[in-house]
Amino acid sequence: MSTLVYDGGAMLGRQLRRVRNNPGLLILTQTMPINMLLFFGYVFGSALAMPGEEYRSFLVPGLLVATAANGIMTGMFQAAQDTHRGVTDRLRTLPMSRAAVPLGQTVADLVVTAVGTLPLLLTGLLVGWRIEGPALEAVGALGLLLLFRFAMTWIGVFLGMLTRSEEAAGQLGAATFLLPLLSNAYIPADGLPGWLRTVAEWNPISAVTTALRDLFGNAPVPDGAAWPVAHPVAGSLAWCAVLLAVFVPLAVRRYARGEG
Amino acid sequence: MTSTYAVLSEGLRKRFGEVEALRGLDLAVAPGTVCGLLGPNGAGKTTAVRLLATLLRPDAGSARVAGHDLLRDPAAVRRHIGVTGQYASVDGDLTGRQNLRLFARLHRVRGPAGRADELLERFGLTEAADRPASTYSGGMRRRLDLAATLVRRPDVLFLDEPTTGLDPASRGRIWEAVRELAADGTAALLTTQYLEEADQLADDIALMDRGRIARTGSPAQLKAVLGTQVEVVVADVDTMVDAAAVLDRLTGAEPTLDRERRAVGALTRDDTLTLPRLVRELDAAGVPLVDASLRPPTLDDVFLRLTEERAA
Repeated sequence: MSTLVYDGGAMLGRQLRRVRNNPGLLILTQTMPINMLLFFGYVFGSALAMPGEEYRSFLVPGLLVATAANGIMTGMFQAAQDTHRGVTDRLRTLPMSRAAVPLGQTVADLVVTAVGTLPLLLTGLLVGWRIEGPALEAVGALGLLLLFRFAMTWIGVFLGMLTRSEEAAGQLGAATFLLPLLSNAYIPADGLPGWLRTVAEWNPISAVTTALRDLFGNAPVPDGAAWPVAHPVAGSLAWCAVLLAVFVPLAVRRYARGEG
Repeated sequence: MTSTYAVLSEGLRKRFGEVEALRGLDLAVAPGTVCGLLGPNGAGKTTAVRLLATLLRPDAGSARVAGHDLLRDPAAVRRHIGVTGQYASVDGDLTGRQNLRLFARLHRVRGPAGRADELLERFGLTEAADRPASTYSGGMRRRLDLAATLVRRPDVLFLDEPTTGLDPASRGRIWEAVRELAADGTAALLTTQYLEEADQLADDIALMDRGRIARTGSPAQLKAVLGTQVEVVVADVDTMVDAAAVLDRLTGAEPTLDRERRAVGALTRDDTLTLPRLVRELDAAGVPLVDASLRPPTLDDVFLRLTEERAA
């Protein structure tokens, strides 16, 4: 266990240094949602039934969660890059904990995300989004957001080691852009036709988004929703637990075996 | 037995889907020696190194590396090996110094910063120490790679094509480092495309072919198996056939003809064939001789012979 902490700490330091030396991907992934907030909030928002200010308040939690879902993309890209460039294999020949490399990567991502989310929160405040619920619940909302990000990054790490090619990871990663479109992150899911609403509400992004809207006090839990959305906090925690339980062992085993 | 060899493998097998990459690898490398693993592309050299360096698990067979069982205790093996080469790379996003400090830390080296400085100095990278490794030239990158492998002296060093694409000066620097390590007792397993490199560095050579070791021996032994290379150059292309007939009679081997250089060559194991006799016989046959030589074969000749045998 102490080797895991020590090696994981060294890998965490490596990832943070890597982001500092080369912050391009971080800046790209964190400015994109700000642009989307402005475009969606003012361009699309003017065509929706919801008043503009109300829609932007509705949109900010959705964008926070959609950005967290990008953890799949960044996790995948970095893991594929390391695998493709031989860094993973070099590390695999060292006498270090097998779990340290993926753990270091995902924890570093969490630290970077915690800081990287601030510009989006501030822009949200500028366009009229407010924390309308109790402070403690708002802290809970941010904790839930980071937990979700953590789970998404583990999925990405596993997929990245699987694809190995940076190019394929980039393309597959770009496809994660579509995931929040089939959820209630940008639009209320109640208006969707029956089966499509069910699909959207079983999208983990919907549960977490609803939980954030509920905890920030931005929008009520919709009536007649599927279970994870109807019980958003429990639903989000359950989703994160399931995803972590599946993808952490998969990623660690994949790293330890290294075969393709 | 376990203490005699730094690497000892028996019957290692590895299959990738339909392809049988290794079909029973038996290999022994003694401490303080360099073993050159040679063979045509696809012979299984890289798979062999990846298995022995704990990067892949064999389907069958057994091996001990640095005294530890490869299958039962790969973690112990990892404490004693160093791997450098085409697939085990440093981190291009980090600087040279950051890389070496990271690897020193992961190897539990005391004073990682000092060790990093020492290695930067030794491999001539001090000036570039604070630039990202991705901006390094090929030679600098390879030197950093080897430095990262040497943050702690390994008992067994795996070098997979360590000097491919390098200029002679960088190559010499890496050769020097490998020789020093071997002198200190490190065993090295080297794969290379350059036979000259194997000739320079290797105490023993294992020729691989289709997933097995086809032949082993010192460079001199392998060359001796082939005998002596006879080559004559004639003034007139039309007389090459006559020269070939003489060489055929003298060596008993089928001569090879190189029309562009007007050269005729053959291999012989006949010790009584001397240069004066060769020249006399050719002169008697009326061949206008420009050049004649008897020399030991190069490893290239050995290598070519192996691939010819394979094709036959």
